[in-house]
Amino acid sequence: MSEVRVVDCDKRYGRVAALDGVTLTFVNGEFFGLLGPSGSGKTTLLRAIAGFIELDRGRVLLDGDDIGHVPVHRRDIGMVFQNYALFPHMTVFDNVAFGLSVRKMAADEIKRRVDEILGLVRLSGLQERKPRQLSGGQQQRVALARALVTRPKVLLLDEPLGALDKHLREEMQVELRRIQREVGITTIFVTHDQEEAMTLCDRIAIMNQGGIVQIGPPLEVYEHPINRFAAGFLGVANFLEGRVASVSGGEARVDLTLGGQAVAAADGFKPGDAAVLAVRPEKIGIEAGQGGAGVNRLDGTVTGAVFSGSSTTYRVQVGDQTLAVFQQNAAPRRFEVNDPVTLHWSSEHNVPVAP
Amino acid sequence: MRTRTNIATGLAQVYLALVLLFLYVPIFTMAAMAFNSSPLYELPFQFDLVWFKELAGNDRLIRAGTNSVILAVANTVIATALGTAAALAFSRYSFRGRRVMQLLLLPPITIPWLVIGTAMLVFFYWTFPSLGLSPRGLHSILLGHVALSLPYVIIVVGARLTDFPKSVEEAAATLGATPWQTFWRVSAPIIAPGVVAAALFAFATSFDQFVISYFLAPPGVTTLPVEIYTSIRKGFTPEINAISTIIIAVSMSIMLITARFYKFGGER
Repeated sequence: MSEVRVVDCDKRYGRVAALDGVTLTFVNGEFFGLLGPSGSGKTTLLRAIAGFIELDRGRVLLDGDDIGHVPVHRRDIGMVFQNYALFPHMTVFDNVAFGLSVRKMAADEIKRRVDEILGLVRLSGLQERKPRQLSGGQQQRVALARALVTRPKVLLLDEPLGALDKHLREEMQVELRRIQREVGITTIFVTHDQEEAMTLCDRIAIMNQGGIVQIGPPLEVYEHPINRFAAGFLGVANFLEGRVASVSGGEARVDLTLGGQAVAAADGFKPGDAAVLAVRPEKIGIEAGQGGAGVNRLDGTVTGAVFSGSSTTYRVQVGDQTLAVFQQNAAPRRFEVNDPVTLHWSSEHNVPVAP
Repeated sequence: MRTRTNIATGLAQVYLALVLLFLYVPIFTMAAMAFNSSPLYELPFQFDLVWFKELAGNDRLIRAGTNSVILAVANTVIATALGTAAALAFSRYSFRGRRVMQLLLLPPITIPWLVIGTAMLVFFYWTFPSLGLSPRGLHSILLGHVALSLPYVIIVVGARLTDFPKSVEEAAATLGATPWQTFWRVSAPIIAPGVVAAALFAFATSFDQFVISYFLAPPGVTTLPVEIYTSIRKGFTPEINAISTIIIAVSMSIMLITARFYKFGGER
């Protein structure tokens, strides 16, 4: 059972706040993703938990104990680095055995534990290789085995899949999740790749400018982003701006700047309020012909179509805004540039976000 | 196509052979003359060890040789230790003025030794007497040699450290290794080839050094290069060839042994 808590953490570099009052709890056994653009503070937070960074203010708690001043080597953590950071002069066996051997464990126990963990990451038989003789994916597995073999309380992953090509990356995502479930270790994962975060994580936190924007399971954050940043960073979003015309029965009618109206959850709106609605590209239907703007309905012109195998993403010009519309390639008809089209969607997909 | 590449390879081989010939013929001639009995380098060649026997009885050369070896060994130890520490500081810590200090390492390599030697002599004349030291002597020569070899050591070890990311040391820490364990079990073995190469540089820098040793040596104290220079001016015998042959044999063996063990920074 281990739980990591960071409370009220501040870290400044010169005038830039890398962490600004961050409070988070990573619960036992969960796979938690820290997601954000570079400079958002996600790596700083991970390195503060590891102990490489001294916080200006705030506490890091591991199972309730304040480990803020415990040196890295006594924190009982496992970490996988972006470049794997394997020991180049040691064999795979010695790399994995390192954490056990500095703990002065008996040789036969070390051998048993290393063989067991190499079996878990499916690298049995490569014990005597040097890191440079391994492929990227294999090096990644060695790094993971090395981090897990000491049975640490928490596993920290610093963009561990960043250096792999797309195909291997997807394969390693599945492996990583399988191994993490089998070991049941609390895992904190830093990435700037939103798709990877959604695939792997039980919960994610979106970070920006040293602060936390939103925390929740990927599906919830994706479907109900709280502001423009969260909506735009996790996935793609179209933002429709307008002014609330009326509120009744838990629904707000919004007059869109682009024309027509959109209906959204009342969400504390009063008539006259400015509103921003986020609509995901895959929620929008596209039809041939223009029938005039209406409720959750806009006219536009196709200005671009990006074909990517199973789907096509259209760019549709509506007024002075370009909207993204996503269509599965099972749809009855395809559109060309300059085709006049109607876009429509249902009210539940209008997500009010903070501007 | 095939004959064309063959011709190209052939030409390359001939060229390489010529370069090596150009480098080694004088050295082999010099070494051969050490075993020739004629004191005036006359042919035909007659094998004799007489010059090695003479050398064994030549106190001046032996004393100069001993001085040179002592200086070179002391310089190697001091410059390698200080230089490695400095290279580690440059690559592992950021501090005010780091870049400027790193840039300042380069000029001493390009400044002529004559200029550096003069500067040191003047500086030692000003400062050493007030410390109760003689301005010239083995200690000044050693200080001069250390100052000369330090930039080389820092650059060679630093090159090794740049392709050894800090995260490797951080990984050792997360695995429970104390800073001491991390240094001895991770950092030291990884930078060892660089340190050995740097130590060889330091040794050679000191052992070859003429100008600074000449300027800073008091009367009666000499190093091997200085003594050889003095002998040559006075008219010399193949004893010089004998001692040079010994030096070459020793330094080549050291080079070959190290290269055998470390593959010169290639292996990681």
